[in-house]
Parts: sequence; structure tokens; C-alpha cells
Amino acid sequence: MNSRDIVLSRIRRALADVPRDGGPEETHVPRDYWQRHAVRNDAQRIDLLAENLSDYRAVVHRCASTELPVVIGRLLRDRGARRVVAPWAVPDGWLPGDVERVADSAGQSPRDLDAVDSVVTGCAVAVAETGTIVLDAGEDQGRRRISLVPDHHICVVHAPSQVVDSVPQALSRLDPARPQTWISGPSATSDIELDRVEGVHGPRRLDVVISSPGAG
Amino acid sequence: MSGTYLGMPSFPRAAADSTRDMRLRGNLRHATHTIRAKRAQAVEELGDWAELREAGAALKERTLRHLDHYLEQLEAAVTAAGGVVHWAADADDANRIVTELVRETGESEVVKVKSMATQEIGLNEALAKAGISAYETDLAELIVQLGDDLPSHILVPAIHRNRDQIRDIFRKQMGSWGRAAPEGLSDDPAELAEAARLHLREKFLSAKVGISGANFMVAETGTLVVVESEGNGRMCLTLPETLISVVGIEKLVPTWQDLEVFLQTLPRSSTAERMNPYTSTWTGTTDDDGPSAFHLVLLDNGRTDALADTVGRQALRCIRCSACLNVCPVYERAGGHAYGSPYPGPIGAILTPQLRGVQSDLDASLPYASSLCGACYEVCPVAIDIPEVLVHLRERVVEGGTAVVRGQKTKIKPAKGHAAERALMRAARWAFDHPRAMRAGQRLAARGRRFTPRRLPVTAAGKAWSASRDLPRPAPQSFRDWWRHTRRDGGGSDAPRTGKESAE
Repeated sequence: MNSRDIVLSRIRRALADVPRDGGPEETHVPRDYWQRHAVRNDAQRIDLLAENLSDYRAVVHRCASTELPVVIGRLLRDRGARRVVAPWAVPDGWLPGDVERVADSAGQSPRDLDAVDSVVTGCAVAVAETGTIVLDAGEDQGRRRISLVPDHHICVVHAPSQVVDSVPQALSRLDPARPQTWISGPSATSDIELDRVEGVHGPRRLDVVISSPGAG
Repeated sequence: MSGTYLGMPSFPRAAADSTRDMRLRGNLRHATHTIRAKRAQAVEELGDWAELREAGAALKERTLRHLDHYLEQLEAAVTAAGGVVHWAADADDANRIVTELVRETGESEVVKVKSMATQEIGLNEALAKAGISAYETDLAELIVQLGDDLPSHILVPAIHRNRDQIRDIFRKQMGSWGRAAPEGLSDDPAELAEAARLHLREKFLSAKVGISGANFMVAETGTLVVVESEGNGRMCLTLPETLISVVGIEKLVPTWQDLEVFLQTLPRSSTAERMNPYTSTWTGTTDDDGPSAFHLVLLDNGRTDALADTVGRQALRCIRCSACLNVCPVYERAGGHAYGSPYPGPIGAILTPQLRGVQSDLDASLPYASSLCGACYEVCPVAIDIPEVLVHLRERVVEGGTAVVRGQKTKIKPAKGHAAERALMRAARWAFDHPRAMRAGQRLAARGRRFTPRRLPVTAAGKAWSASRDLPRPAPQSFRDWWRHTRRDGGGSDAPRTGKESAE
């Protein structure tokens, strides 16, 4: 017998007490938990997202979509960023003319990315109740590594369309076949005396720009 | 790392040492109390916590009761998504599979994400024997590895170390593993984290093989989930060309949507956060994004033995949040090392003896590493009734019986050290069956009250227990005598008088 057969036959012997006819449904799963923890309008939902993101030390900026180039340009200049990686679907207009735009490409090595100052991406969905942005490798988000190796991440959230209330709502919007990164604040650790310290291996600075339709 | 659990003393002996270590007790007390308060607050934010807990328990129970079904479903989904699934019946099996997989890549270094399963099977030691260096990348695991130490907490493995101990370890050891600690490193946690960032970055950027565990596997889709804080997980899961994940067979959930329960309960129960900084999910391999080769090693190593025990089975629901450690009065004082396994605290006290059996002195002592206060059950986000399993396992240790060990039905002999306990139980049974003898015995005890010592004059086995406890004074009159007496005086009334009235 190979290990697969050994493990499966051990399991079947171990479960001799379980009726097999009904399938997994024989164990009832009560789902009385809530799909969201409050009823909110768009403005309240966006406010909560901003509040929870800030609570975990992400830096939140709110602007009209037409102001995105100004806001992103200022954030990059403040960091002194010269080389900025951005997936192809991030509009050219979002980046100031004086930074070098680095493409997200298959041939790039982790070391190449380590020599990049900042990364600009969009996101797939944002969760207000937990202060989370989710990247799913969509065309304005790129490969997982580009939002990981550079020390500064600017993430644009399109509100209100990309903002949901809760974790259950976020999961039902996402496709598990796509690789995902759920981000709630910059990287952190509590490993030393359970003291939270922001910034270990991922980007130490996370700017989230919540953009609403229309002109400012 | 050369730390090993083999040959560790039984819980009471190890705990006797650790409870005398005042620095360790101070570190533990500070850490567990901090996280306890934060967790309570994070849980309170969710008005449906009780419902989430109930759903989480039921989902895990459903998965365990149909584990073969879900594992086969998972295997098919992972394979269809470009991954390769391996099955390991025990630790040796798993170590051999992983070692061969690393050898096939031609690499002699791997980076690792914190993983309890690989700690359990001693993977780092097995790889070292094969000439492969495994670098732990979680900050606390790094502290443990550099300090040639063992983890002592599920969530914060270096909880037993304080900041100046960590600074000393970094100063002394980082240089021999790679980039040395910066000159003049202080004990400021931010500076220590920065030192770890610099030390590990070199390893991440050049790593070709990553090894991880997983918090969840989704049977329906073949998706794996890793929940973390620092970003070292993301580094290991996305930068290398080959990813090997070693995961216990119980880590399954049926569907993608089911994650909605655990992604709410795990972070709040564990780090007391609304959400942990990073969660990665991946399904097989993705073209040009992340590793091009993905291997999943499904680990049994005693889990099916636990599954065969209808009371003990619930221990396999555990999602490793460590809330039970942080509320446990025994853990807080004894520390994680006394449990002699990667799984310390209340959950370890029921998981380890089921995974490894109760044959060794250490494993047989673990079900006793508890005061049965029940705080662990209260905080468990999947409602594992830890006290119930503890009592069940104590019975197995004392009375013996049949249990499944390594897949075989095995007769467990009563443990040696518990002869006195068994003799006492036998004597009690005999006395209850012989009322006249019992009455005589009780009267003798009552008359001899004045001569009863304050402490039991036990030598050898019972000494540790009796040394710190006073012997209760026998009552002046046995309950049976009092009852007969009262009934006579009370003129046949059925209602007993209160104790106060009849005390004299």
C-alpha cells in the first residue's frame, strides 16, 4: 500500500461511527452569523474603511478621480521616488513625468524589484469592517511580488464600487482561482514582547488613495 | 537548529524548573495579559461572535466527519490547477518526500515560513542531515533558530525572550548565519525588526525553494491560505521557483465561502486584530506569477489516530489561534517548553498525547497539565471542549484501554505512575460496595481527628502534590451518621435539617 492508500484507509476506519449515506450534509452547519455588522450608506462605508485602514497605520488619502495624478505625484515626490513599478493598466497620467516607469514583467528578478523605490497599483476589492484591500493580480495590480519587494506601496481604491462592508461580501466577489493578497496596513510584527512594530519585510509605507468619481 | 523534544522530562518536572525562572514568568505574564485584554476587545466588536463560533465548530466537524471525501476533492482540485499532491503517513515519510523534492531542484538552501507541522516532524533537522540549510524567516522563529532554542508559543514562538535577550542573540549569532547585526544595535523593538529585515532580505532575494505550512486548504477549489503579519510569508510564497507546503490533513474547509467564518475568527482570536496585515491565497500555480512548481504534502502523523477517538476528535478542529494559551493559568506559569512539543498550552495537552500516544512519561503527564478551569473552552473560536478531552485522556492514562496508534487498534496498558490512583479507586469501589466497612472506617477517622497530620506523610510519588496542600480535617461525624442521627431526632421527617443546626 502506498501512503495515500494508508492514510485514506486509516481515515475510513476512524470514521466507522459516521453514517456515510447522507454525505457531508449529515452534519448540520448553522449559519446564523451576519453578512455584515451594520447597514451603511456609501459615505458611511467609505468612512469606516478609511478609519480602519488608518487604525492599522496605513496612510489614507481621499480625492476625486480627476485629482489622482496630483495626489499620486505628491506622494511619490515626498518619498523621493525615482523608479516606480506599475502594471500596464495603471494609466500613464497617474505617474508624474519625472519618474522612471518600470514595467511589471515576467523576466524581472526579485533583485530588479529591490532596486525600485515605489509601486503603484489598483485593487480588486476593499473591506470596510476590517480595513483591508485585496489584490487579485488583476491588470491594474500585476504580479504578487511587485507590491511586496519595494518599500513603498500606493494603492488606489475606486469608491464606492470597490468598497464592501464585510469579509463575507468580499469573498463572494473574489475568484479563488486567482492568486490573492489581502493587505490590512503595512507589514508588522508583535514578536518582541507582543509590542506591535510596523514594517518588517513588506512595504513599510502603505498609502491608500480612495478615489471617488467626478471632479474635485 | 539543534533543539529537540526527544527525551524531555515529564510536564511536572519541566514545570518545576520553569516556574522558578522569574524572568521567564515575568515575560510570560506580561505577554499573555497584554494579548488577553486586546483579544477580548477585538471579539467584542463582532455582535455575532457566538454564531461565528458555532458555525466554525460545525464546519470543522463536518470536514472531519467526511475527511476522506474532502481530501480526495482537494487532491483533484490542486492537481487540476497545476500542483502536485503527496501523501505522508508519518514524519519520516514527509521528511523523505520534502528532502527529495529539494534535492531535485539542485538547491542546498531553503527559506521557510513559520509552520507548526514542519516543527512537529523535525523537518529542519532532517534537511540538515541531507546537507540542506533551512532558514526560518518569521521574526520569532528567527530568534528561536539563532538562539538554538525551541518555540514556546503557537503565535509568538519567542514569547519567553525579552528585548535585551533578543538583542544579545542577534549581536552574537546573525553574523554566522548571514548578514551580521548592525553596529550598536539597541533593544528597541523597531531596531530589532529592522535588523531582521536586513538579515533576511538577502536570503529572500536569492531563494529558489520556499517551504510553508498553511492555515487553511479549500477542498472545493484546491486553494491554500496563509495568514501572517510580517511579509516573510509572502516572500517565501511568491519569490522562489519551487514552493513546498506541508499541511496536516485536518486543515481543510469545504468551500471558498466558508473562509468567511475563519477569516473573521482567526485574526481576532489570535493577534487580536480585525484582520492580520497579510493573507495570501493561491490555487496550484499561476503562469508567470509566483512559483512555477507547487508541491503539497498532506501529513497524517497521528492525526487519523485522534480522528478515531470520538471524544478526542474535536482537537483536530483547532485553527492554531493560541487564545487558549493566553488565558491558561498553567501555561502562564509553566511556559511553553514544559509541554515538550510544538503544541503547548491547553490545546497541546490534548493534541500531543493523541498524535504521539500516551506511552512516554511526558505524553502521559500532559493531560494533567491543567486545573480544568475551563477558560480555554470559553475562548476557543471553534468550541473545542478541552476539559472534556483532558478528562477523557486522563482516564486512558490511568485505566488503559484500546486506542488507535499509528493506524492500529492497540491495547494501552495503564500508566505505571498511577498505581496509587488506581488502588485508591479500587478501594473506594470496594468500600461503597460494603457499607458496614465504610461506616466503621469513617467513624475511626472521626475519632482520630486530633491525630490527623496537616499534610499527607507521603514520600516518593505523591510528594510533589502533597507538599503544597493541607490535608482536610476529617469531619467530627460522617454524613451517614449525621443522617441517621438527624432522622431519628427529627421524628421521621424526610426533610434534613440544615448543616448549621446539626453541626453540634
